[in-house]
Amino acid sequence: MSHLDFEKPLDELKDQLEKAKQIAEKGKVDVSGLIMEIEKKIEDTRKNIFSNLTAWQKVQLSRHPDRPYSLDYIKAITNNTFIEMFGDRNVKDDKAMIGGFGMVDGQTIMFIGQQKGNNTKMRQYRNFGMPNPEGYRKALRLMKLAEKFNKPVITFIDTPGAFPGLEAEERGQGEAIARNLYEMSILKVPVICFIIGEGASGGALGIGIGDKVMMLENTWYSVISPESCSSILWRNWDNKEKAAEALKLTATDMQDLKLVDGIVKEPLGGAHSNPDKMFQTVKSEIKKLLPKLLEMDPKIRVEKRIEKFCSMGVYTEG
Amino acid sequence: MSWFKRIKEGITTSTKEKKETPEGLWYKCPSCKNIQPSKEHADNYYVCQKCSYHERIGSHEYFEILFDNNEFTEFNSKLISGDPLHFTDTKKYTDRLTDTIRKTQLNDAIRTAYGKVGGHDIVICCMDFEFIGGSMGSVVGEKISRAIDVCLEKKFPLMIISKSGGARMMEAAFSLMQMAKTSAKLTLLAEAKLPYISLLTDPTTGGVTASYAMLGDLNIAEPGSLIAFAGPRVVKETIGKDLPKGFQTAEFVLEHGFLDLIIHRNELKAKLSQLLEFFEN
Ligand SMILES: [Zn+2]
Repeated sequence: MSHLDFEKPLDELKDQLEKAKQIAEKGKVDVSGLIMEIEKKIEDTRKNIFSNLTAWQKVQLSRHPDRPYSLDYIKAITNNTFIEMFGDRNVKDDKAMIGGFGMVDGQTIMFIGQQKGNNTKMRQYRNFGMPNPEGYRKALRLMKLAEKFNKPVITFIDTPGAFPGLEAEERGQGEAIARNLYEMSILKVPVICFIIGEGASGGALGIGIGDKVMMLENTWYSVISPESCSSILWRNWDNKEKAAEALKLTATDMQDLKLVDGIVKEPLGGAHSNPDKMFQTVKSEIKKLLPKLLEMDPKIRVEKRIEKFCSMGVYTEG
Repeated sequence: MSWFKRIKEGITTSTKEKKETPEGLWYKCPSCKNIQPSKEHADNYYVCQKCSYHERIGSHEYFEILFDNNEFTEFNSKLISGDPLHFTDTKKYTDRLTDTIRKTQLNDAIRTAYGKVGGHDIVICCMDFEFIGGSMGSVVGEKISRAIDVCLEKKFPLMIISKSGGARMMEAAFSLMQMAKTSAKLTLLAEAKLPYISLLTDPTTGGVTASYAMLGDLNIAEPGSLIAFAGPRVVKETIGKDLPKGFQTAEFVLEHGFLDLIIHRNELKAKLSQLLEFFEN
């Protein structure tokens, strides 16, 4: 069963295919031609749907409940060598932010990411991927650990935002994010960031200052969600599709605006339609990007990182 | 996130109006309702003489209060926001900008200048809330970035006076990236061992709190200021209960360890001079 409206035409075809296969099993009528025909139709329909996605549909895909989350990527990419490390050494362990060392083909890497849950209980446990200040401070602690031992950092961004709770405010959510922006700018080791789902505002940026910032094809990254933007600017939630377009929040928009460094292709149908293929693509992206970053002089790498973010903005001299 | 509502408040208490208020008119404190002559109120740094309520003021007033003899050199005053996203909500962003520029006589939500405070050289960046809720877009980011260049060149300390509803939604991801830009640029100031004093005034929220406002060598606030990442309305919706009294005030934020001190506006200039002297000697 598909979760999204625009995936529905595929459901009907999949049903037809199932029925045809059942007939084939009984062996009385030759339906092999029909099966091939339906399979081709599925492929065509899928291509048709996924090559013409609107911004809002991409937002929906980025939140697809079957979509892989940070730990899925990390476990697959590190061939299960990942060892998770907990706690911010101050207040507690934030379950919405995960991190630890893992190995990719002989290279130790510090992985950090926001983590969502895949059922009701786990979604609550993970606070829907919305970190508290402790999450950002844990992330920074682990980045500093990586820096000390000269290991590169890779972050996976997937959050509907930093948690807007009472305790989060008491414990300095703003300060925690600000500190990360500052410290990540000058981290001496290579930093690569992947937006794998939702990249909502400061909560996303809080682990998003990288030498390379890459967006998966069906993700979004902006200062606010289309729903909240709609409710503030149009004072209702009905303009979320319009807001999604206006915010220019898709991977292609963000690349065109030069606010991210590249797009990572997803399997046809989205990351959840073929997670293994998705993990392989991300892994090969890492293997393509990391050696070049590791070659650079750390000082120059930091300079270029700062320059990149400092060049962002559009204004006229009036 | 709640800058929209506040724009209106910003307009009704616009500093321009105040300047145009003829002598002899009265100021009514919104906090204690005390009525006092506008002139006296202005002479008291726009602070209520009865209850110490700090009225929201803009760069014009802060520069006058802080810079010796109101002498300063403003730079990059003509920077105007582009409209990279061709953004339109209920109104075209370009029209919104033009209208706001006309109404406020400001080109964006921050002004940058250098001059002397108690004889000490300093660069001051001051935000204006009446310009689209003091929201942070490309111009705010770029002007701060260039102000830091001036600090680096002249070896001057930096002060940023924050007063902002947060991000400027019409610049979407460009607005978001100003958080990264300003924070990254501040590392250069730190490397040069030049002090950065952040003054948080009412209100300082959202992306401004989550970037340069919280990154001062000293984080200072005016009494009673709202200082938050998520605004009170959002937090209230999240927890589904009323907020404790005093939540997200400067005093609250100081008690939780995120401010070095709170300074009454009457003492702002004197204490700032003293602090600059600490760094110098
Ligand atoms: Zn009063």
